[in-house]
Amino acid sequence: MTVGPPRASRPVCGRWVAGVCVGLSHHLRIPVWLVRVVFVVLTFSGGIGIVLYAAFWAVLPLDTEGSGVDPVSARSSDTARLLALAAVVVGVGLLLAALGVNLVGGALIPIIVAVFGAALIWRQTDDEQRDAWSAAAGRAARQTAGSTASAGRWRIVAGIGMVVLALIALLAGRTSPAEALQGVAVAVLLLGGVALVVFPWIYRSWREASEQRRSLIRSQERAEIAAHVHDSVLQTLTLIQRFAEDPVAITRLARTEERNLRSWLYAPIGDPDRTFAAALERVVAVVETDYNATINLVTVGEAALDAALEALVAAAREAMVNAAKHGGGQVSVYAECRTDVAEVFVRDRGEGFDLTTIPADRLGLRESVVGRMERHGGTATVKSTPGVGTEVQLRIPHSEVTP
Amino acid sequence: MSRLRIVLVDDHAMVRAGVRAELGDGFDIVGEAADVTEAISVITATTPDVVLLDVHLPGGDGKAVLEACLAQVPHTRFLALSVSDAPEDVVATVRGGARGYVTKAISGPELREAVQRIADGDAVFSPRLAGFVLDAFSGAPAEQDDELDRLTPREQEVMRLIARGYTYKEVAAELFLSIKTVETHVSAVLRKLQLSDRRELARWAAGRGMV
Repeated sequence: MTVGPPRASRPVCGRWVAGVCVGLSHHLRIPVWLVRVVFVVLTFSGGIGIVLYAAFWAVLPLDTEGSGVDPVSARSSDTARLLALAAVVVGVGLLLAALGVNLVGGALIPIIVAVFGAALIWRQTDDEQRDAWSAAAGRAARQTAGSTASAGRWRIVAGIGMVVLALIALLAGRTSPAEALQGVAVAVLLLGGVALVVFPWIYRSWREASEQRRSLIRSQERAEIAAHVHDSVLQTLTLIQRFAEDPVAITRLARTEERNLRSWLYAPIGDPDRTFAAALERVVAVVETDYNATINLVTVGEAALDAALEALVAAAREAMVNAAKHGGGQVSVYAECRTDVAEVFVRDRGEGFDLTTIPADRLGLRESVVGRMERHGGTATVKSTPGVGTEVQLRIPHSEVTP
Repeated sequence: MSRLRIVLVDDHAMVRAGVRAELGDGFDIVGEAADVTEAISVITATTPDVVLLDVHLPGGDGKAVLEACLAQVPHTRFLALSVSDAPEDVVATVRGGARGYVTKAISGPELREAVQRIADGDAVFSPRLAGFVLDAFSGAPAEQDDELDRLTPREQEVMRLIARGYTYKEVAAELFLSIKTVETHVSAVLRKLQLSDRRELARWAAGRGMV
């Protein structure tokens, strides 16, 4: 393949801390352990590794592609990753101590705690970003996001608590408790004042940004709808004007367009190559168009297509073709998928026929419907009353059900 | 027997004209309305036997008309009429108080039969509505085993036949019941559809902002 290296990003899967090493290894196409070794080695040459890592963490975007793939397994090793994070922080602390950085003095532990708390908050905001994406990606992911939202809030609270406690401890180690308290009060006042000044500005720019994003989304949606209406409804209306003299063609056009519009509006039920009800829907569309009949399909339940259900769909198709040809144009199809058995009923309101005197041209029914069903362990019954109509009942046992 | 008095509510004049033509001469059309406010005033002023109510209207949904009118005109019955088959539309309107639901593609004779049936106090289920009901009430019911949350085997059989395109008469013949009994079963299902708080129904109803 001649695809260039993927854009560098931080994937969620396989990361230890923030996914920087994994992302770089994907980008540079070298093994991830090599990247990790390089970072560790760099760390021991004056802490450059750590600085580099932090810089990459801030610059590289979180991977949006793989984010929705497997939220469960991405979650399961959360504790392990927190441990990795702790190890890095402790390592940095020890390194600083070993280098004899003096400004730390006796306050090594508070600093480690503070850094760890800050890292926790950073990681959490990362995760929330990811959750927002996976929520957009799928319903399953949304459940995961929902269940971990409170855990995330606690993690942020814990992070903030750790930072604050560490700072207080740092102060308290150097001054008397009263002075420390005074210092904290001054700091709080100062922070409050700054917040008061800056808050309206931040709030406004945040509002503007989100308003901009919303209107962008709106205009994109509008463009998409306009494009769809143009390609479908407007085209069909033009065709209908051209065929004004031909009621059969107009009915067919209107019916086809109605079906397309419906499936676009009401989210199609599934992939016609893989699920039973969707496959049946497709067959109905084809038979309606080919034989100019109106087929009313009602489905209950859904299942993944297996050999038995494929045979059922094929047999139902033959029954529908028969009903469309001989049944006077109005056909009702009802399909029901239960846990162990699937049934399809194809009913028309045609003239009906006497089963003992099946005309030669309707032998197709016996061969392609009854024969096919029996080969797959199912049954087919034909009930026909002259003057009332015909109903073909198909029934086949199957195993797989999708909830 | 006096002729039934009907009000048509639809925002498209063409649809109202079409429905009027399909109904034919057997009914008295005492009023028409094109939006929610107009509908409420026409219905309360004329107290018709049956209202043919479009699901989507300017100024609110058909549901808004139902909410405003049901208490004031207790003897008027509502049949929802729509181009849409989306489950949330169907379920929301029926739970709002309509006694039946048919799509605008319905044929003239079927529509006349449906109006008559609604006027008699029975429920009208299209095959698709029967399909929704079977879907919604399939599987294990919610925690508490309320009889509102389940269909009896007989009701299931009736729903299944309606979903297969059988008329009430054909259902009765197939199950060796009287038409009256079939109507009783369908009305019982309608009641469950309106009152049950099964999760599927709640979800569909919530789809149109209705709880």
